[in-house]
Amino acid sequence: MILELLAQAPPAPEVVTTGEAVTFWILGPLALLGALGMVFARNAVHSALALVGTMFCLAVFYIVQQAPFLGFVQIIVYTGAIMMLFLFVLMLVGRDSSDSVVEVLRGQRLAALALGIGLAVLLVAAVGRSLTNITAAGLPADGPGYSGNVTGLGALIFTDFLFAFELTSALLITAALGAMILAHAQSRGHLKRGQRATVTARLRGEHDRISPLPGPGVYATGNSVAVPAVLPDGSIAPESISAIIDATPVREVEDEPGPDAHALTGGRSDETDRQAGTDDDIHEDHR
Amino acid sequence: MTPTYYLLLSALLFSIGAVGVLVRRNAIVVFMCIELMLNAVNLSLVTFSRINGELDGQVMAFFVMVVAAAEVVVGLAIIMSIFRTRRTASVDDANLLKY
Repeated sequence: MILELLAQAPPAPEVVTTGEAVTFWILGPLALLGALGMVFARNAVHSALALVGTMFCLAVFYIVQQAPFLGFVQIIVYTGAIMMLFLFVLMLVGRDSSDSVVEVLRGQRLAALALGIGLAVLLVAAVGRSLTNITAAGLPADGPGYSGNVTGLGALIFTDFLFAFELTSALLITAALGAMILAHAQSRGHLKRGQRATVTARLRGEHDRISPLPGPGVYATGNSVAVPAVLPDGSIAPESISAIIDATPVREVEDEPGPDAHALTGGRSDETDRQAGTDDDIHEDHR
Repeated sequence: MTPTYYLLLSALLFSIGAVGVLVRRNAIVVFMCIELMLNAVNLSLVTFSRINGELDGQVMAFFVMVVAAAEVVVGLAIIMSIFRTRRTASVDDANLLKY
């Protein structure tokens, strides 16, 4: 009898522990700082990294607030997958595509800032006034709060929220298809010009010269890249000189003795013998 | 301290995200601000779930995460295609639908 009454009694209001308060007062300002950094960083990559920090703080809040499954999903899906996707697209688009400082609408930033502050004040006032005196029921630590969290979520998703869950699958398939179509449709925009079209364009004078550039070394004494082509009158064709080689400073080779051809056979002068290793000394002994 | 502080933090994060959407011109950063707003709402949903002692709020946050993932994929693909045709990721320059 007493046990039944105890089972029907409402759960005792949950007390926020000191550890949770410390966590909140450390990570809450960090999350706010990350959000502000994301909005005000000029470099988009810095914005993304600041948002990653904020999301990590939120993940810790989820875990503290008896939602461990959502906390880890937040880390894996948001900071792991979504933010990396953001970084990939940032690198594809180019890091230099930072914001322009030009205001298209006059005073738009100030108005946006004022609206944002107003929204924040309204939300904080409404939430703060209506909810200061409530006591949280809390999820039981031995039930859906901690150990039974995944089980409880799964039971809810596959019973009460089953239809929404199935709609989710359709949504994901649609999103994947849409991303593939949107990301691949542009290759038709850049048609490659064929050989015949290129020749016609050349003859029409769209290029600098009709013939292709002369290769280096043509009609010259050597076939090296560094040797310029020679025109029929003996002069150097200026187009055939590689700009890189032309601009590279050349140092004259000093008068060093080249590699000794006798180094392999052993018949050398005494001076080089002394510099050589022990193997050569053994050879000398044999001699 | 009561769980209400989480709601206050969530409200502040949401406001910052809204300001970012209005202020920033880079389309990718605008997207990140939308993600921040979704995250703030998720935090409030988790807090509501804790206040009420029910798991429904967490399930809703879970669905919000799924929808956010799908939205990011499609949105970033759109930004990529805009960048390929216009060579820019600024929302000011995307003023025509086709070209």
